[in-house]
Amino acid sequence: MARAQIGQHLSTDPLEAPDPARPGPLTGLRVVELAGEYAAFCGRLLADYGAEVILVEPPGGAPQRWYEPFVDDTPDPERSLWFWHYHANKFGVRLDLDDAAGRDAFCDLVASADIVVESEPPGRLAALGIDDADLRTDHPGLIWASVTPFGRTTSRAHEPATDLTILANAGPVWSCGYDDHSIPPVRGGGNQAYHTACIHAAIGILVALVHRDRTGIGQFVDVSMHAASNVTTEFASYGWLVAGTTVQRQTCRHASVHPTQTTVAESADGRYQPTGVPPRSAREFRILIDWIDDLGWRDDIPQVALLEVGEERGGVNMADMFDDPLVAEIFGAGRDALVAIASRLTAYEFFEQGQRRGIALPVIYAPEEVMEDVHFRARRFPTTLEHEGIGRPVTYTGAPFVMDASPWRLQRHAPRLGEHQDLLDRRRSGTTTRHDDKGGR
Amino acid sequence: MAALSHLRICDFTGQLAGAGATRTLAAFGAQVIKIEDPVTEGRWDILRGMEPFVDDRRGIEFGGGFQNHNVEKLGITLNLRTERGRELLTELVRISDVVAENFAAGVLAHLGFPYERLREIREDVIYVSNCGFGHRGPYSSFKTWGPIVQACCGLTFTSGLPDLPPAGWGYSYMDHHGGNIMALAILMALVHRNRTGEGQWVDMSCTDAGATLLGPVVLDYTVNGRPARRPGSPYSSRSDSPAMAPHNIYPALGDDEWFAIACRDDDDWRALVQIFGASDDGEWAHDPRHTTRSGRLEHQDELDARIAAWCARRDKFAMQKEMIAANVPGVAVQRPGERIEDDPGTTEWGLWPWVEHRAMGRVRVDGLPVHLSETDWRIERAAPLLGQDNDLVYGGILGLTDAEIGALRAEGVI
Repeated sequence: MARAQIGQHLSTDPLEAPDPARPGPLTGLRVVELAGEYAAFCGRLLADYGAEVILVEPPGGAPQRWYEPFVDDTPDPERSLWFWHYHANKFGVRLDLDDAAGRDAFCDLVASADIVVESEPPGRLAALGIDDADLRTDHPGLIWASVTPFGRTTSRAHEPATDLTILANAGPVWSCGYDDHSIPPVRGGGNQAYHTACIHAAIGILVALVHRDRTGIGQFVDVSMHAASNVTTEFASYGWLVAGTTVQRQTCRHASVHPTQTTVAESADGRYQPTGVPPRSAREFRILIDWIDDLGWRDDIPQVALLEVGEERGGVNMADMFDDPLVAEIFGAGRDALVAIASRLTAYEFFEQGQRRGIALPVIYAPEEVMEDVHFRARRFPTTLEHEGIGRPVTYTGAPFVMDASPWRLQRHAPRLGEHQDLLDRRRSGTTTRHDDKGGR
Repeated sequence: MAALSHLRICDFTGQLAGAGATRTLAAFGAQVIKIEDPVTEGRWDILRGMEPFVDDRRGIEFGGGFQNHNVEKLGITLNLRTERGRELLTELVRISDVVAENFAAGVLAHLGFPYERLREIREDVIYVSNCGFGHRGPYSSFKTWGPIVQACCGLTFTSGLPDLPPAGWGYSYMDHHGGNIMALAILMALVHRNRTGEGQWVDMSCTDAGATLLGPVVLDYTVNGRPARRPGSPYSSRSDSPAMAPHNIYPALGDDEWFAIACRDDDDWRALVQIFGASDDGEWAHDPRHTTRSGRLEHQDELDARIAAWCARRDKFAMQKEMIAANVPGVAVQRPGERIEDDPGTTEWGLWPWVEHRAMGRVRVDGLPVHLSETDWRIERAAPLLGQDNDLVYGGILGLTDAEIGALRAEGVI
């Protein structure tokens, strides 16, 4: 199976824009989301694929409106980029759940909804008289999802938590850091404990939706952030479960029971550049030799002679390494040649040229570099939305997966506080819940 | 009744980035038929023969990762190099709601089953492909695995400490979410089909999926022009979105023991002052410069050094108990054994179910972090041995006779 043949089925053309006439898979479904940081990404996922998500905030606005960073670094509840990202595509209403009229309005809103997403401390809503079990009894089709640090039922349910403490307590931090264990282990960036819980919440909600499509029956979906990160640690968990082993963290590579080697170069533009797996098959040696020759660097990279021996021998078998010193030398030459190339090219050139030749190599992109990259642009990943209030369009991240028949869309920026208050007065009629307000900041 | 028991998935996924998707759907009741190649004994999923191992036995029936990622699935063998093999796949696709794969882009098409062909076989089929860069775009032929995906989407870079290389994640975080988000994609397509009767191809790129997980950092760049690649950045154990201090990971008493504290607000700080300040070595906590968030952020380096020295003299679980009692998020960095064996947050959840594997014996696996009140997940069945369910699928589902199945075996088709 030659690569060229496989490649014939692929397209390098830019993706077409989604057909505006096509609804998203969740179009027609109404979601009520109680504003909170744990569950925000879940609501966003549902909204991006077409659901009408109504974000309910307290009278003074959700505390997340004050999360950094702000547009032009100007703190303002309408300028939080955290809020903009997680609440894009949603509608917004203001309701005081500490007030009887507000609670009634909330329950009316829930009655009009298919799905509720909330991340309130367990017991808080019930204490206010907003009991999900009662509401589900009154509205048997209702799907109610709760995203909390430890789920509703475990004995840790009332412990405080943030992204950091979940990732530290649930496993990811143990595996993340540096070879030098005097350096503390590291929390990975981007509030991934929340994302991990929210992706599972969305899965649970959609499973419940499929069940409701068949039976008309909704249900309660209980999500534990702690459990979610616990089962998102790859070998760290199942290595313990199966073999009772404990992984140890290593610099920029998999935590491992036994130390593993890696090879890294400093690229010509000063970046940290892993150089991948050295060649072993004859074909892989040939690819590397051709790369060096095409760069015109045969005279600069003396390892070429040993690479040719590797090719002539039909490749090297690592199992022979200890019996045949030449095997180790040839393998080392491949590693050194890759480092030599990597240190003479920019990180991007090394990645792109190597991958074009069929060598699996990374480039370590900062997030902004992803947004400028030719491939992500061709896939329409950077997605631009007009923002009237700040006088310039804003580019957001795009679709996690591309559905041509029922597309992902970014249609509106995050709601201003109470921007869609009229939704509370409007009774829902049938399944036509599409809201034609374009929004506008 | 299981939520997805009416659905059949023709499953070509492997590793974790694909197998994780159909595992979740199988746990909710979908009939997942995992197709493996008899010629290579299923080794196109290299985890089949890889550690962890329960004991000294080795081989394709002893890979602990494969076992974990393929519970609740049926397993069959099918040689797609043969004409008869392709006919059987055609019959299987005809009765499947979903075809799922995470081959390199173009491989399934090369085997004779591009989306156009799948749709000829079954018009409303849902085809979900998942690979590192998707099936469309300039890098669609590029090779990836978890660490490459994480590097190319920004997740590796954004995990680390200043003046050090990226820490990365220490595992294939995006293999998990490759699978999880692929499960979400399959479910979205099923919901769309329920509404419209229409199937579709979903083109999932794992690097796209990963890049959706860094939204506010991206907006800080696109709106404010502030790149993540700048001096002092990233410092991912700290928190600048929202800005909190102190917020870090500190040494605890013992070898390679650590403790994490997130001070969310002034209330948390006051509680921390009570804890630190009550001890002989915590007088510094009363420093008035630390009473406001802006003060704590400004003097964060000094504060971190003080807290590190304080924590280093104390047991991580004793500190956790004290901080949680004071309603402050302060917890031990737990080792695998600690969070799996002794943590009610996981054990009471039922997070580590047992399965009985025909070769490995009784083994625990990852459970799911979501419980549904009416149609919860169930993980009871271990991963299939190679071709374990050939008789069930070819006989019971496709209706072949024992003699026909025997012939398929003899001819090397299955």
